[in-house]
Amino acid sequence: MENLGQLGQYLGAGLACVGMAGAAMGVGNVAGNYLAGALRNPSAAASQTATLFIGMAFAEALGIFSFLVALLLLFAV
Amino acid sequence: MAEEEAGGLVFHPMDQFVIKPLFGEGPVNWYTPTNATLWMALAALAITALLVFGTRGRAIVPNRVQSIAELLYGMVHKMVEDVTGKDGLKYFPYVMTLFCFILFANFLGLLPKSFSPTSHIAVTAVLAVLVFAGVTVLGFVKNGAHFLGLFWVSSAPLALRPVLAVIELISYFVRPVSHSIRLAGNIMAGHAVIKVFAAFAAVAAIAPVSVVAITAMYGLEVLVCLIQAYVFTILTCVYLKDALHPAH
Repeated sequence: MENLGQLGQYLGAGLACVGMAGAAMGVGNVAGNYLAGALRNPSAAASQTATLFIGMAFAEALGIFSFLVALLLLFAV
Repeated sequence: MAEEEAGGLVFHPMDQFVIKPLFGEGPVNWYTPTNATLWMALAALAITALLVFGTRGRAIVPNRVQSIAELLYGMVHKMVEDVTGKDGLKYFPYVMTLFCFILFANFLGLLPKSFSPTSHIAVTAVLAVLVFAGVTVLGFVKNGAHFLGLFWVSSAPLALRPVLAVIELISYFVRPVSHSIRLAGNIMAGHAVIKVFAAFAAVAAIAPVSVVAITAMYGLEVLVCLIQAYVFTILTCVYLKDALHPAH
């Protein structure tokens, strides 16, 4: 029974990593749209790099939560 | 975390994050000098060397070290001014301290055999919670009850506002969590990946691939170290802006 609990722990931690796919799509979307906009209007691109990084950070935060769930399952359960 | 396989592959990707006392063995108490203490002190020394002794000449035409220090100062100064506005410049010294510490701790952690303090959630959580607490207190001191306007989206329809207020409240209290784990997670994951590739170098057939992969990952890590320090700092600026101008 103990082994079954451990199995569930590892399975859950592995499944939590699937959430990183969402973060990957989000960050890629931010960067891709930034590039598309920057190529249309290169003169405005430099002023928007801060916004780019803020957007990436917010998109990435949700991936971090999946990492957090994996860590909690492995070490805190 | 150790795992022995048939091919003799030994993976110890997480061993580099173990906190050890600097002198001898024994329990780690809060006053014990550890490897984390050493590398944080080295980061502080490196910052002092660059920003205090590097600019000692006060030359009109700066030499190389002084121009690096001026570049760093100018970059953070411009970031604070752009994101928080002119009245945020009062808090520039704290933001500059944060940026320098994280940047140098990250870069020193890239040296072989070194230890990166920023890979520990305990270290980054202190930095993030200090920012969170400081910004919250500042918001209430500067704006009083108007600071709560941050959670009351006045541009939304009235019926939606309570729902949005709950979401805004949750996202506000999640800030220190994502703020700290973003930095620690990125640094920890990067270092662990390098160690995993390093373990593959033990097999002669794939050793060249492994060496190339380590070199590529190392280059990426140099970039990640800079970007994560930048992201931590710019988010601090964003939170500061929210505290100074809470209106939506």
